Amino acid sequence: MISDELVQLLTPEGERISHPEYGSELGRDEILGFYRDMVIVRRLCNESTSLQRQGQLALWAPLQGQEAAQIGAGRALAPMDFSFPSYREHGVAWTRGVPPRDMLRIFRATTTGGWDPQQYRHSLPMVVLGDQTLHAVGYAMGIQRDGAEEAVMTFFGDGASSQGDVLESFVWAASFNAPVVFVLQNNQWAISEPTSLQTKIPLYHRAHGFGFPGVRVDGNDVLAMYEVAKRALDNARAGGGPTLIEAYTYRMGAHTTSDDPTRYRVDAEVEVWRHRDPIERVKALLAREFGVHKVTFDEVAAEAEQLALQLREDVLAMDAPDPTMMFDHVYAESHPLVEAGRREIIELGIGGGH
Amino acid sequence: MTQQSMTMAKALNEGLRRAMEKDRRVLLMGEDIGKLGGVFRITDGLQKDFGEDRVIDAPLAESAIVGTSVGLAIRGYRTVVEIQFDGFVYPAFDQIVSQVAKLHKRSAGVYTMGLVIRLPFQGGIGAIEHHSESPEAYFVHTAGLRVVVCSTPNDAYWMIQQSVEHDDPIIFCEPKSRYWEKGDVDLDNPPYGLFDAVVRRPGTDVSVVAWGSMVKTALRAADVAAEEGVSLEVIDARSLSPLDLDTIADSVDKTGRLVVVQEAPPAASVGSEIVAAVTERCFYSLRAPGTRVSAYHVPYPPSRIEDAYRPSVDRVMDAIDRVMGYDQ
Repeated sequence: MISDELVQLLTPEGERISHPEYGSELGRDEILGFYRDMVIVRRLCNESTSLQRQGQLALWAPLQGQEAAQIGAGRALAPMDFSFPSYREHGVAWTRGVPPRDMLRIFRATTTGGWDPQQYRHSLPMVVLGDQTLHAVGYAMGIQRDGAEEAVMTFFGDGASSQGDVLESFVWAASFNAPVVFVLQNNQWAISEPTSLQTKIPLYHRAHGFGFPGVRVDGNDVLAMYEVAKRALDNARAGGGPTLIEAYTYRMGAHTTSDDPTRYRVDAEVEVWRHRDPIERVKALLAREFGVHKVTFDEVAAEAEQLALQLREDVLAMDAPDPTMMFDHVYAESHPLVEAGRREIIELGIGGGH
Repeated sequence: MTQQSMTMAKALNEGLRRAMEKDRRVLLMGEDIGKLGGVFRITDGLQKDFGEDRVIDAPLAESAIVGTSVGLAIRGYRTVVEIQFDGFVYPAFDQIVSQVAKLHKRSAGVYTMGLVIRLPFQGGIGAIEHHSESPEAYFVHTAGLRVVVCSTPNDAYWMIQQSVEHDDPIIFCEPKSRYWEKGDVDLDNPPYGLFDAVVRRPGTDVSVVAWGSMVKTALRAADVAAEEGVSLEVIDARSLSPLDLDTIADSVDKTGRLVVVQEAPPAASVGSEIVAAVTERCFYSLRAPGTRVSAYHVPYPPSRIEDAYRPSVDRVMDAIDRVMGYDQ
């Protein structure tokens, strides 16, 4: 146990442990599903890192280590719920059905978006820290006005927890009792700055000061993440207001492919967290409790391999768009300065089918 | 034609009421806009009539007022945000510039950012600091935003409704020094398109472009100039993004002289943009350099001396003399 305040249902060794408030009744298929999700998003993440190293992506923000936090929270969402991610939530995007190739378009630098956020009910990556938390609360206020039984989930990190917008979103969520679940992935590092620089108290304690519950969860335990997130979402849909979930986890890789974590953290710390791997513990549980055989794990690995190959193929086929795309959708209705730019670029032969 | 005389403040109130009656997804959000009706009473009585769910008294955080309005827009609502004073818009600057302005583009047109950010702006009311600024250029500079300014009650009544109905985000600037001046409002038909510049007074010698509070200053200057035998054509720009350059250029092609009068400081200002754009379009018509009459490049001064900071009729006339002097 990292802390006695932590909700954990599955130890790093894959042993179930009981918790006074939370339990899991998920069966073999659901847990195997989480396992499959986590193996796939890790494999796709590693493929993306390779693609960046080979010069095929401008940047990549790896999620390795945070698979359980993202899959557990993402799988707790109901189809009509809406999620607002930061920029590392590839695992959540996967649970919402966003095709992996669409997640990589922004990193291939062929678009500033990538998918239809209304179709998948999952908003676009947010690079400005914390801005999306206010969008989530506003969306939740819309749900209230529609009288709908839906909830919103928004994701941010320990670094963004210092942003004014995040704290303002806590005020709004509390004042309006908005149906929103805040998922704070505390991965211990904001690029080079440790969480201790962002806060002097456990981050989930902050919720109490704003007037709503906060829960710290073992973010590497997909069962705990799922159960805590599901209860928070149910509570929000039933009019119970916001919850802050602090997913206590670790960023195993670099902040992004532009980062060098060896300059600010020691290997021993990474080793400690390697033993808390979110995938191995589920694999151990599946093998022991449900008798899942090696052949099934191999099938999952093979599927992940196939998806990675497909992703590579899709990414390599993504060409730079026609330059005139920069003028599309800047405004809903035509604006003379935008149209003047479009005309110029076509006349210069830079874009528009030349 | 149903005409009614009312103040600009009342015209905005009536325009908002009509917009809310027409579309149940129109919401208002801002500080003190409910029971109090806003510090300028623009939303007076609206919460009583439309309820607390549609006229939302916001906690005091401008970034959240705009940021939650973005989320409401994604959900399909149209929020008219009241920023209490111009100088308080900067905490929301990130949400306006990075989110409101860009999410339609980033979502390839899926998200409609049809929100209106009302900004009581400009000075002349004897206020303390941060209550009298002219920040319009920051927003004009940002692609994805539109910026409009009303200068009469009739425009206020119609432009606020046109802004609510428009699908792009609009920074709606209200010259607070004109809130209590009365004018006729035509309750049946909008006088102009939202993005049209309008010739308020035809003339032949100098085109004077102004917006908001400075339209009246320009019209007074035109009276003074007429006594001196100089004919000013006064254009109310009304829309700063987009600029109606056709109307301005047509005027300059006729007069050969351009003076822009603005309450904002001159550097990288809307006045700079108008002078540059008109110079590019009307170079051979110009008989004098396009000239700006602006505030000074200093923080808004203590209001006991604001009349020395804001362009006055005298300073406009000084510019008129200069542009007329090039013929001699």
